[in-house]
Amino acid sequence: MRGATRVTWAVGCATVVTLAAAGCGGGGAGGGAAAGSDAGIVRAFWTDPQNPLEPANTNEVQGGKVLEMTFRGLKRYNPRTGKAENAVAKSIKTDDQQNFDITLKKGWKFSDGSPVTAKSFVDAWNYGALVTNKQVSSYFFEYIDGYDDLHPENESAKPKAKKMSGLKVTGKDSFKVKLNQKFSQWPDTLGYAAFSPLPAKFFNNHAAWLKKPVGNGPYQIDSYTKGQSMRLSVNKKYAGPDKPKNKGVELKVYTDQNTGYTDLQAGNLDVFDELPAGQLKNAERDLGGRYINQPAGILQTLSFPLYRKEWQTEKAKQVRVGLSMAINRKQVTEKIYHGTRKPAGDLTSPVLTKSGGYEPGMCGEVCKYDPKEAKKLIEDAGGLPGGKVTLTSNVDTGSHRQWMDAVCNSINNTLDKNGACTVNPVPTFSEFRKDIAGKKLKSMFRTGWQMDYPLIQNFMQPLYYTDASSNDAGYSDKRVDKLIDEANAAGEKAAVSKFQKAEEIVLKDLPAIPLWYQDGNAGYSDRVSDVRLNPFSVPVFTDIRVK
Amino acid sequence: MGRYVIRRLLQMVPVFIGTTFLIFVMVYAVGDPVNAMFGDRAPDPATAAQLRSQFHLDKPLWLQYLLYMGDIFTGEFGNAFNGQPVTELMARAFPVTLRLALIAVVIEIIIGIALGVVTGLRRGRPLDSSVLMLTLVVISVPTFVTGTLAQYVLGVKWGWIAPAVSPEAPVGQLLLPGVVLALLSLAYVTRLTRASISENARADYVRTALAKGLPRARVNVRHLLRNSLIPVVTFLGTDVGNLMAGALVTERIFNIQGVGFQLWQGIVRQNSPTVVGFVTVLVIVFLLANLIVDLLYAVLDPRIRYA
Repeated sequence: MRGATRVTWAVGCATVVTLAAAGCGGGGAGGGAAAGSDAGIVRAFWTDPQNPLEPANTNEVQGGKVLEMTFRGLKRYNPRTGKAENAVAKSIKTDDQQNFDITLKKGWKFSDGSPVTAKSFVDAWNYGALVTNKQVSSYFFEYIDGYDDLHPENESAKPKAKKMSGLKVTGKDSFKVKLNQKFSQWPDTLGYAAFSPLPAKFFNNHAAWLKKPVGNGPYQIDSYTKGQSMRLSVNKKYAGPDKPKNKGVELKVYTDQNTGYTDLQAGNLDVFDELPAGQLKNAERDLGGRYINQPAGILQTLSFPLYRKEWQTEKAKQVRVGLSMAINRKQVTEKIYHGTRKPAGDLTSPVLTKSGGYEPGMCGEVCKYDPKEAKKLIEDAGGLPGGKVTLTSNVDTGSHRQWMDAVCNSINNTLDKNGACTVNPVPTFSEFRKDIAGKKLKSMFRTGWQMDYPLIQNFMQPLYYTDASSNDAGYSDKRVDKLIDEANAAGEKAAVSKFQKAEEIVLKDLPAIPLWYQDGNAGYSDRVSDVRLNPFSVPVFTDIRVK
Repeated sequence: MGRYVIRRLLQMVPVFIGTTFLIFVMVYAVGDPVNAMFGDRAPDPATAAQLRSQFHLDKPLWLQYLLYMGDIFTGEFGNAFNGQPVTELMARAFPVTLRLALIAVVIEIIIGIALGVVTGLRRGRPLDSSVLMLTLVVISVPTFVTGTLAQYVLGVKWGWIAPAVSPEAPVGQLLLPGVVLALLSLAYVTRLTRASISENARADYVRTALAKGLPRARVNVRHLLRNSLIPVVTFLGTDVGNLMAGALVTERIFNIQGVGFQLWQGIVRQNSPTVVGFVTVLVIVFLLANLIVDLLYAVLDPRIRYA
């Protein structure tokens, strides 16, 4: 008996020793190899982009990160102010807000050495608009004349053409654009990644290009292993002013945000822009102040199904105002979001700045928490339609469940009635979208809007113009449509105030209650400095310095 | 023996078809993947229709399943939504998870069985009680707690290891995740072995062997252990399958891009080719593991024979 146990223990110890030895060997080798090649390289958090990295097929931050580094369009949004500034464009001229003459600067090249010409833009835009190429951001080209021939509205229709009639190349570095409507701020939309130029290689050898995209931005892609990492180095042929202040960037894919956060704390990651919600409370302290929280161009609202009779009446409008006043925005943004959201006072975003149309006082009393007044308004209007409301949203992301519970409690307390408001959680985002698209919702639901470009037009037209692409509430008002049309035909300065007039009407009708402005957050290691986010909450990699 | 194996292999066919179909239906029922690709805005109907026809989402469910299965038999597992062939994902994920699972199983076998034998032979002594208490603690603490704690203490506080495993996932970096993954099953293996050993320790054949004058050590290892391992082997067999599929929590904590993680991604992004492809392979792993366990019985206990 004793002998046996001794034998077993001996075997056990031997194994432990070998395992430990293997452990030391493995760890040492890994650490040594990595340290040599990382000098001057910024290591940043990444998750796999949802779609292949084509400029017009990327609509989320993770893919946007790469495009911002590897492409430059006609314009670029200044990372500090959000203003659209010329990048490849030398000038964009118009007399009638509908026909534009575009001239390019000379000397721009793709990282493979081929020149950036007018054709690079026109071909890329036609590719992005053509329905059979299945690009999720096709709609960016919808204002260009002839878009409907390439991208018919009807699901089963075949495209009639491959080139938009509104695009004409007039020289090596000039082309003309004709829009299908007046749109004074259209040049300012051109900073979005979907409008990036594409090299000939994209069209000649598409598969190879997808494996290793070639662009004209400050960085070039050296290697791309899907689902693992991407390494970018400085593009020597880059003609823009914002040359990288580091040697390159390594994007590392993580299985989980919390793992990324741990790695950041351990000093194996430099820039981390997807802080897990559970860590927001401690992030600033954990990271010794190396923590960023700045406005992001995302607005959360509560929309009402105006396509249903009970929500169309004047009384229902009064109920909506009451509901808005029953929500304690300040408490939710502080308690649930730890200050990473700010109570909203209009339908835009602070990133627009006041000159761009942001006006936090526009909603006024309607967006202030005032339970007494709220109760009076709702009771005067004959109570909630059907005696109760429900609040619907997907709950798979964004701590939506928590704030929905808070908002419903707030409404119930205001009306002294349990069950006046109940939460209806939808498990996944896509299911929630399906219900919205099918106009199946009977009561309040969450609508979030992430801007495509920092213009007030983008916060109004897609959402509140009759039958617009993201008008989920089914709102329609002739005065608003007319003001938006006028704004698009006016000069750029006059446009903003016209849009604000339209916004005032929308806030009176209240198809959607403003909730809060969302911020972008990031943390960084002590190995880097000068980390900031642009208005789309993407880190400005070119500015980052490595110590 | 040969006929038995062939019969078992044939039984796998209906099981295989049934499981894959069920998974296919479940993934399909979750929602519309195309909607999720458009972010916070309504999908443009024309583009959405094009995407649906590309992924066969516009056809009836049974036809989708048939088309999918037809592809699988030609070795074509379809594409993940980012355009990457699922076979590529598998070629990367399975070796990593297999390494992790093997490390875990080795730890379970060596430490679990050793502890089980020691405590089984010393029933009721202090050592036995303390090991029993320990296993109870291990069973009641969830994996994500042990994993996150171990990662934080060893990775951030002491800096002994890198908290995140690199994409190549060499064996050295997989040791800690392997231990974390093994802990729960380790506790079960210990308790199973202990129960089995202590029950058989008083059996007639052990007394006979001792009476014949065989040394104690030989009796314990050759006679007692061999007979007592049958329930343990059964457990380990199913555990191999579980470790391959169920390492999700451990894999996400330690940034291991293995099977569990790919499955989770496939579910979150509602990409049926990924989920069904991986599960199909996992089903085969499970079925084979079960078959091997059944055949091992005969090796361990000569009284069991398959005709």
